[in-house]
Amino acid sequence: MTGTLTLEGVTKQFDTGTVAVREVSLDLAPGDFVTVVGPSGCGKSTLLRLASGLETVTRGTVAVEAASTSYVFQDPTLLEWRSALRNVELVGELRRVPREERRRRALEALELVGLTGFEAQHPRKLSGGMRMRVSLARALVADPDLALFDEPFGALDEITRLQMQTELQKLFQLKGFAGLFITHSVSEAVYLSTRVVVMSGRPGRIVAEIPVPFAYPRPPELRYAPEFAELTGRVSEALGEHS
Amino acid sequence: MTTVEAPTTGLPVEARAVPGRPWWRTALARSLPILAALGGIAVLWYAVTYLVLPADQRFLLPPPHEAYGSALGNGALMGPMLEALGRSAVVALVGLVIAVVLGIGYATVMSQSGWAERVLYPYAVILQTIPILALVPLIGIWLGYAFTARVVVCVIIALFPMISNTLFGLQSASAAAHDLLTLNKASRWQRLVKLQFPAAVPSIFTGLRNAAGLSVIGVIVADFYFQQGAPGIGGLLRTYTLRLQMEALLTAVTLTALFGVVVFSIFAALDKAVVGRWYGGHTR
Repeated sequence: MTGTLTLEGVTKQFDTGTVAVREVSLDLAPGDFVTVVGPSGCGKSTLLRLASGLETVTRGTVAVEAASTSYVFQDPTLLEWRSALRNVELVGELRRVPREERRRRALEALELVGLTGFEAQHPRKLSGGMRMRVSLARALVADPDLALFDEPFGALDEITRLQMQTELQKLFQLKGFAGLFITHSVSEAVYLSTRVVVMSGRPGRIVAEIPVPFAYPRPPELRYAPEFAELTGRVSEALGEHS
Repeated sequence: MTTVEAPTTGLPVEARAVPGRPWWRTALARSLPILAALGGIAVLWYAVTYLVLPADQRFLLPPPHEAYGSALGNGALMGPMLEALGRSAVVALVGLVIAVVLGIGYATVMSQSGWAERVLYPYAVILQTIPILALVPLIGIWLGYAFTARVVVCVIIALFPMISNTLFGLQSASAAAHDLLTLNKASRWQRLVKLQFPAAVPSIFTGLRNAAGLSVIGVIVADFYFQQGAPGIGGLLRTYTLRLQMEALLTAVTLTALFGVVVFSIFAALDKAVVGRWYGGHTR
């Protein structure tokens, strides 16, 4: 695995004049899972779009070293006319992977997210959590070195959300991609990551970087541990001072 | 969250298939409102004939049993009428097919760039806003008064809903879906066939349903004005009107109405079947 992402002095000003992020520097090495928390509108999502190349920087540099990068959207963003399997296969189709290989890999990815048996279902027949699993499978199918997540669990109910978090950190341990994960939930940020980056209100700057020392896999009960509470307290404090 | 709403069918809730209910009861529940409407029309018709019109003017609206009775049993009248209807159906169908191909093509070109849409859309709007009757004399002068001219009228009248619905559909994919393709370095062609066209399928079928209905109107108008060659049903309407053949006229009008209803129903059913299947079967 070679996934690295380096942002140096990145500033993004939109055509409207709004400065979304200012002078942000961030380093992701293989084995890093960095979560970014910040008040709404602080440019967290912009940061991710800059990292993925969907937006270009106004100043600064973005360097990505990864054979394959994947991106998980806020909405599952599934194509409604395709079954779960064919949604996951889409990535292979676009990258012109031979049919049999892309099918085999799509089946593997669906198995990984616990959707074996639901391959033929269309998105409308799946629950919100299952749709997000398909979306995760689609991100994993290309074996990414770098995975970008744009608040993917924000729209899920609390129980599903906790489940998805548990599974995502397992997948991270299993696959070893470098991860950059945007969220507005402090406990989600701490539970998932090796490091929490706290951003200020607009224009977004990085105001704190808090390492998270817990080993993977992380049991769900970790959330009730005093050390966990102490860390979420520190993140919340940093957020409170700068929003 | 964005959800895609499949176009609703407009059926009342109780008329939808209910599991465990025999099919004929569902069919009856569905056709009952239509039968009731037909009954209502008949009642109104009789009322006008016998209660509103004085006896010496009753020839203006003979009662249904006389109007249909004398026409339906008359082979010399019905034969040509059905042949004319057949000819009109062919014109409407040819016009529809051309409108569908042109409309989808035009919308596809428009969907490819912002400036293409800005340049091309006004033509579509102008086409839509010119009253068709204003164009009919010109079309006749330029293209003659037979098959070609009639088809052209159908195309002109059916084209706009195909263009506008297809364009709407091609543009209906979410920004995130487009990002997904961008991130996977999709070509313009891949974007079109893997995202935009499939996303447009429901809208295209809505457009098709509207275009089919308009094409029927188009052929009646064209028949009415372009009388060269074998007449269409619209041509017969004009002949019967000029000769004040009320029974034949009423029967022809009824046939025309039925034709319109049948065409609309076929395309509505097609719309429902295809769009339902498109999303992986019936969910509602």
